[in-house]
Amino acid sequence: MTLEAPQAGSDVQELLLKTFPAIAQSWSSFQGQQRVIVPASQVLEFLTGCRDTAAFDQLIDLTCVDLLEMPGAVDRFEVVYFLLSVDVGVRLIVKTYLNEPDLTLPSATKVWFGADWLEREVYDMFGIIFEGHPNFKRLLLPEEFVSFPLRKDYPQQGRGERHNFPVITRSQS
Amino acid sequence: MASEVKKQLGDNIFLTTLDAAASWARANSLWPMPFATACCGIELMSTAASRHDLSRFGSEVMRFSPRQCDLMIVAGRVAMKMLPVLQRIWMQMPEPKWCISMGACACSGGVFDTYAVVQGIDRFMPVDIYIPGCPPRPEQLIKAIVDLQEKIKSGGTINAREFALRDTAEGPTRFDEDELIRIRELNGLKLDSPKYDPVH
Repeated sequence: MTLEAPQAGSDVQELLLKTFPAIAQSWSSFQGQQRVIVPASQVLEFLTGCRDTAAFDQLIDLTCVDLLEMPGAVDRFEVVYFLLSVDVGVRLIVKTYLNEPDLTLPSATKVWFGADWLEREVYDMFGIIFEGHPNFKRLLLPEEFVSFPLRKDYPQQGRGERHNFPVITRSQS
Repeated sequence: MASEVKKQLGDNIFLTTLDAAASWARANSLWPMPFATACCGIELMSTAASRHDLSRFGSEVMRFSPRQCDLMIVAGRVAMKMLPVLQRIWMQMPEPKWCISMGACACSGGVFDTYAVVQGIDRFMPVDIYIPGCPPRPEQLIKAIVDLQEKIKSGGTINAREFALRDTAEGPTRFDEDELIRIRELNGLKLDSPKYDPVH
């Protein structure tokens, strides 16, 4: 089992290197996981290539990490795509970095429609804007919410959002 | 004449006020609306189940329509997105009605001191009885209902005049960020910066 996984991963690497030779420097492996870092401008092209040439037919997860005040971090936001090839049984982690003020990425819904709610949740919590999404609005929080609460510079207790409701007294109700 | 009436009717006549008669009837026939959002709801179910048997106290008829209820039991944390729903359901309940805030989360937010959780429903709606605990035992809920029955019997009026008197908000005032500073100063702790910095 552990012998097969790096072998399968290197096949994928060979396949993808034919189409995207520039990713050779950013390819890394950790505990059997294949990881690649792609610039934000090429992420949609790369994900499409992953689906078409390397048979990654499923987007397992799409999430984001705020690297504010992280030791050694250069960029602010890290958007992570977890891909799975169901037929081959290979996984790939694709990372891309974003910085303010340009927090836009192309939407991956045209590649895998399962990215629909995942991208809306990332927007909800981190404020990353996915261009080309068919229904781009907040997923979990109320639509009138203005902040992005999973950013590290957002206070845990909020900025007064939870206190902004009418008070009903007993004589009114 | 009076002795004749007494001889005829004996102890079959009681003299009371209309307020007391109505309150007696209401207290012994509470219809709870279970607004159960978390683990307190499990204790609420247990209270109504056979072991603790809430029907011994005349308030076992849980109804999921607010139009048929007169006691709202808020059992569990109330998220900020849920609060308008809670307030709407409370407004839909017919008079007379009462509210029990069950558990630490409903009373104060509990351990969930985050942007998404309301820090006590009494900040935004009236509450009659608070139950501490995380979650409270079913016995505590039974005690709260018995206490509420006493409250209804002792102060209830037939046309709900006592509710009209409660025209101010009864919970804590709206959150202000100096609240934490005042709590710390009461406990003898001083902050370096005069203003509470929510980031750090």
